[in-house]
Amino acid sequence: MDAFFLQQLINGLTLGAVYGLIAIGYTMVYGIIGMINFAHGEVYMISAYLCAIGLAILSYFGIHSFPLLIFGTLIFTIIVTAAYGWAIERIAYRPLRNSTRLAPLISAIGMSLILQNYVQLSQGPNQQGIPTLLTGVWRMEFDGGVVQITWTKIFILIAAFCGMALLTWIIQYTKLGRICRAVQQDRRMASILGINTDRVISLVFVIGAAMAGLAGVLVTMNYGTFDFYAGFIIGIKAFTAAVLGGIGSLPGAMLGGLLLGVAEAQFAGMVNSDYKDVFSFSLLVVILIFRPQGLLGRPLVAKV
Amino acid sequence: MSLKFIKHPMKVAIAGCLSVAFYAQADIKIGVAGPFSGPNATYGAQYWKGASQAAEDINAAGGINGEKIVLVQGDDACEPKQAVSVANRLVDQDKVMAVVGHFCSSSTMPASEVYDEAGVLAITPGSTNPKITERGMKTMFRMCGRDDQQGAIAADYIIDKLKAKKVVIIHDKDTYGQGLADATKASLEKRGVKEVLYEGLSRGEKDFNALVTKIGALKPDVVYFGGCHPEAGPLVRQMREQGVNAAFFSGDCIVTEEMVTAAGGPQYTKGVYMTFGNDPRTLADGKAVIEKFRASGFEPEGYTLYAYASVQTLAAAYKAAGKDNTKASDWLKANSVDTVMGKKAWDSKGDLKVSDYVVYQWDDKGKYHQL
Repeated sequence: MDAFFLQQLINGLTLGAVYGLIAIGYTMVYGIIGMINFAHGEVYMISAYLCAIGLAILSYFGIHSFPLLIFGTLIFTIIVTAAYGWAIERIAYRPLRNSTRLAPLISAIGMSLILQNYVQLSQGPNQQGIPTLLTGVWRMEFDGGVVQITWTKIFILIAAFCGMALLTWIIQYTKLGRICRAVQQDRRMASILGINTDRVISLVFVIGAAMAGLAGVLVTMNYGTFDFYAGFIIGIKAFTAAVLGGIGSLPGAMLGGLLLGVAEAQFAGMVNSDYKDVFSFSLLVVILIFRPQGLLGRPLVAKV
Repeated sequence: MSLKFIKHPMKVAIAGCLSVAFYAQADIKIGVAGPFSGPNATYGAQYWKGASQAAEDINAAGGINGEKIVLVQGDDACEPKQAVSVANRLVDQDKVMAVVGHFCSSSTMPASEVYDEAGVLAITPGSTNPKITERGMKTMFRMCGRDDQQGAIAADYIIDKLKAKKVVIIHDKDTYGQGLADATKASLEKRGVKEVLYEGLSRGEKDFNALVTKIGALKPDVVYFGGCHPEAGPLVRQMREQGVNAAFFSGDCIVTEEMVTAAGGPQYTKGVYMTFGNDPRTLADGKAVIEKFRASGFEPEGYTLYAYASVQTLAAAYKAAGKDNTKASDWLKANSVDTVMGKKAWDSKGDLKVSDYVVYQWDDKGKYHQL
């Protein structure tokens, strides 16, 4: 393992952590109602705008210390993004709950276009940016080369890890999580047993959006720039990550995200960045051929 | 309820009639096509500001032989597919006489085929890919230079002034970006410098860290990028973050102050080089027009004056040769036009006879200056 490989691993992990956070939204929604929420990438894009708005509000009130600024912005962004997630489910998906499987899918695509155009019209089509919040870099001599990681990236890795750990804890060990898992396993049975499934589904959308909100803040901090189109490519990548890890599986989404990020970075570093997307999608195809349910997904059992 | 339903289509019908009547009054219709949405929308805004100011000024001065110019907007979002449908709409539905557009070369290429077929005069203020005027189209003109000229200027500067030995060339896999990168690569090779890395990145992405690490490992003197600011900004930022201090050189698609936003601040764009036409804002010819723009609170940067000059050119051609596109294009190839950017003349292919690319550098305050 030389310095170059290690550096690309760091590049890939930070990218992959973000993919993983967004993939959670896809995978949770799929797990619970079997639908792909194509508007999820747009929720992430909106959170980038909210991050800039949050920062602006806080600095208007004279808050300039990094921890306060970032926690204030995180809380603001996550709350408002979660509200978007709830509203999207309420407006675009709940009325179609008992119609054909394809209806909510089309509704999701429509929602995605609506959100994209709404942001473009209200915020303008220009590139937006936020100032650099955290400067500084940690350099390390390694095997004759230099490996370096910016503080922002360390922050991303820690925040993404905390977010994922918190979510896993909620799903595995709390009553809330048990209810979610019950609805995921059998919605009708859960509802017979007195669980308000509509509320659980809303909750899943809120959690997914909150994770996208976290990703939005982290990415905006790292790259400093975003536009109304920012959710499209990263949304597709995150969806790929969710499928790769096994759609419906929470650890699968995280694993898929990290794997996709690392695969992209290593391929771009060692072979060619022109073909990095070709490579990551080929990887997806190969994995799906041998494990159609994805890496950590449960095999599909036909319900009779 | 049912009344409401009947009322609504009538309103639409009335509005439709009105708009037809309004257009029938219009004398010379010119389409302005470019990215009014999408990541490159800032250039569309420059086009529209420039063209509408020109139309207003020409109309105020009596129009073209008494006929007024009316502009129609066409949004291609820098998407080749959308460019074709917009071109068809401008030609078939709006029945424009001429078009000022498009911006991205990948849009101008397919759209110009539509214009060529319909005999519509097209003049692009900003598409620099050499192929655009190499296809034998009689009514295709350019208000800007070509990438082979731009690439040659960049290559000369990289070799003569920056004394670079190791050059990395990156492009965005688009008609414009890759074309420009190829032109620069060819000019560098002609002068004996072979690039150490030639690779593409994907438009729309923001994370180029893997590529930057690879660039850094090669320790280049210069990184040349063929592409636009939405990718150039993050690329240069991630280079600086990873401590890659090679000079960053790009072309005429980062000529907007949004480049600084895209990079995350002037501390990242500081020292970035780019090639662009001789800044039209420094020429005496356009002084009055530029003042007018500034008075309205808009800085006529980038391609604004190119669009202004394009409308002026069309107006001059129609004034001299009449409302006939064949005659007008023949006239343009034989005469010169006084524009806001000075006197311009075209060769038989529709390229400018003289192109004046120069090298600019961004300073630490987020502005660019001619070197």
